[in-house]
Amino acid sequence: MQVVLPRIGTVAAWRAEVRRLAATGVPPEAVQWAVGDAADDLFNAAPIAAGRAVPLTLPRDAVLAIETALHHSDPQRFARGYAIVLRLARKDLRWGDRSDPALRRLLDQEKAVRRDIHKMHGFVRFREVTPPGANRRAFAAWFEPDHPIVEPAAPFFARRFGDMDWLIATPGLTARCETGQLEFFATQGCAAPPADATEDLWRVYFASIFNPARLMIAAMASNMPRKYWKNLPEADLIPELIRSAPARVRAAHDAMTSAPRRPPRG
Amino acid sequence: MAKRTLSEKLALLADAAKYDASCASSGGERRSSRDGAGLGSAGGAGICHAWAPDGRCVSLLKILLTNFCIYDCAYCINRASSRVERARFTVDEVVQLTIEFYRRNYIEGLFLSSGIIRSPDDTMAEMVRIARTLREREHFRGYIHLKTIPDAAPDLIAEAGKWADRLSINVELPTETALRQLAPEKSARTIHGAMAEVRARAEAARDRSHRGARPARFAPAGQSTQMIVGADPATDGQILSASSRLYADYQLRRVYYSAFSPIPDASRQLPLTRPPLQREHRLYQADWLMRFYGFAAAEIAPPSGMLDLEIDPKLAWALAHRGLFPVNVNRAPREMLLRVPGFGTRSVQRILEARRHRTLRYEDLLAIGCVVRHAEPFITLPGWSPRALPDAANLRARFAPAPAQLSLF
Repeated sequence: MQVVLPRIGTVAAWRAEVRRLAATGVPPEAVQWAVGDAADDLFNAAPIAAGRAVPLTLPRDAVLAIETALHHSDPQRFARGYAIVLRLARKDLRWGDRSDPALRRLLDQEKAVRRDIHKMHGFVRFREVTPPGANRRAFAAWFEPDHPIVEPAAPFFARRFGDMDWLIATPGLTARCETGQLEFFATQGCAAPPADATEDLWRVYFASIFNPARLMIAAMASNMPRKYWKNLPEADLIPELIRSAPARVRAAHDAMTSAPRRPPRG
Repeated sequence: MAKRTLSEKLALLADAAKYDASCASSGGERRSSRDGAGLGSAGGAGICHAWAPDGRCVSLLKILLTNFCIYDCAYCINRASSRVERARFTVDEVVQLTIEFYRRNYIEGLFLSSGIIRSPDDTMAEMVRIARTLREREHFRGYIHLKTIPDAAPDLIAEAGKWADRLSINVELPTETALRQLAPEKSARTIHGAMAEVRARAEAARDRSHRGARPARFAPAGQSTQMIVGADPATDGQILSASSRLYADYQLRRVYYSAFSPIPDASRQLPLTRPPLQREHRLYQADWLMRFYGFAAAEIAPPSGMLDLEIDPKLAWALAHRGLFPVNVNRAPREMLLRVPGFGTRSVQRILEARRHRTLRYEDLLAIGCVVRHAEPFITLPGWSPRALPDAANLRARFAPAPAQLSLF
């Protein structure tokens, strides 16, 4: 049987489906999972030969981690999640046992999703789009995450930017928060918002806080991978900062060794 | 002096602040603006919003209120006798920059420091005014870190703690002798006195009264400090024992180590060498061993000693104590597992959890996330025995990098 999950509220729908399937003991290999705009009849396809109902009582940690991992882009994630839920419920698997390849895979994906969410919290860059005469300021951003994480990542922005309206568009979903109401919809178009004058000040700051005497490019690139650069207004400064660093250090060094100067007081 | 634009001031006063290492924005109280009446949130894990090509994260708007200074600390680019260009922000400029950067999700908050203008009290009062304006007028709930001036009046420090998440007072140099020579206007006694004051106020703010009333908040993310490494002849052993005393005496959250960067227009008293970045890195590793792995300062480096630059301090300790290895992964206590190179605190936690259920095998360590290549010579468990490895005289060579000359030039 095929189960088609909606694009918005995917994980909540998966959870409801898992309860339904487990209640009739449907084995994992009998289910094909997909995400999309389902015709309703797919949900109500003829129930297949049911096995014994599996009562679902799972540790809280397990539920949180499995649901986080479901925001990974791997198409197999729903099937793996359902299979692991059944094995945990039947005590065929101990939660946290990393020697189990499926569980280890799920935990690795959970970690990748958490990292992607964390990077989104850091790297979204808002631009001001307040309409004239508005009494709340409004901001918009374009961001490209690795995984479909807009829904779990958005509440952070709602907690942080309480007194302004904002919108974050990604290639899949868009999150919008107006007067405190957070909602999601499918993204239309992919235009980045227009430039914002404060970006120039931010670029000045980014270039000035860099210390050319400590060039450590690998450390920068591992934490801020290049795939994010195209949506970061400061990133196009990086090649020139790197290129000019040795000359700046040399100039400072020469100035220290040649110019006579007052001795320090004291 | 011609009037500078905001952009010019920002360039000068961010440049002047880049020698401060702290970028922490985590810890402290949880706040949010979900009620719609303010801006910002805090608490939980810190977030880095960008990385500069020096490998340091950009998390806070780190600026000086001014780089004018009446002090003449030899290691400081802003000392009175330096010919660096000077600038000064107004209170409102700092407030606006913080708020506008924050709204665009560039930063977690503000890290404000300053040169001393007129007097320590005048300067501190202006920094406090910035924090107060952010909190009261702008309803800002993001992170604020104020670099406290040790000679400032106690009531100013008290007010700073009311508005800021973190206060820091830099010890600047690891020894009092160095401080006397390089920072003639500063005194170790004043610095330690101010740290003790911050500690006492933070403790008072945690105790409820007998009626259960909550006292006024005070710097909920605690205090930290910074030491410059490589500007004076202090050894790593001296530095680590100084840190260890600071952690114990003042309950610091962090000691930051800042490799001395040759600064433009530097004092003649200072070395001309490149910043000892590897040394700074090893000191941070040693600091971690003291805070999370149960090592004492003297175990990591003797008072006269320097850390090995080629291998990390945990590995160096294990090589010097080969008699204690190999460790039986299935039986050893937590304290000993924490001393195995390649085992981090999280790996050790996972080992302890997993072995409650069954005997661990070599393959399990990979799944747990241990750096098995580092651990191999020091452990034994089903599927692996190091045999003669821990005794091999060339064990160090297995880890130390091949000799190579690194150069920036």
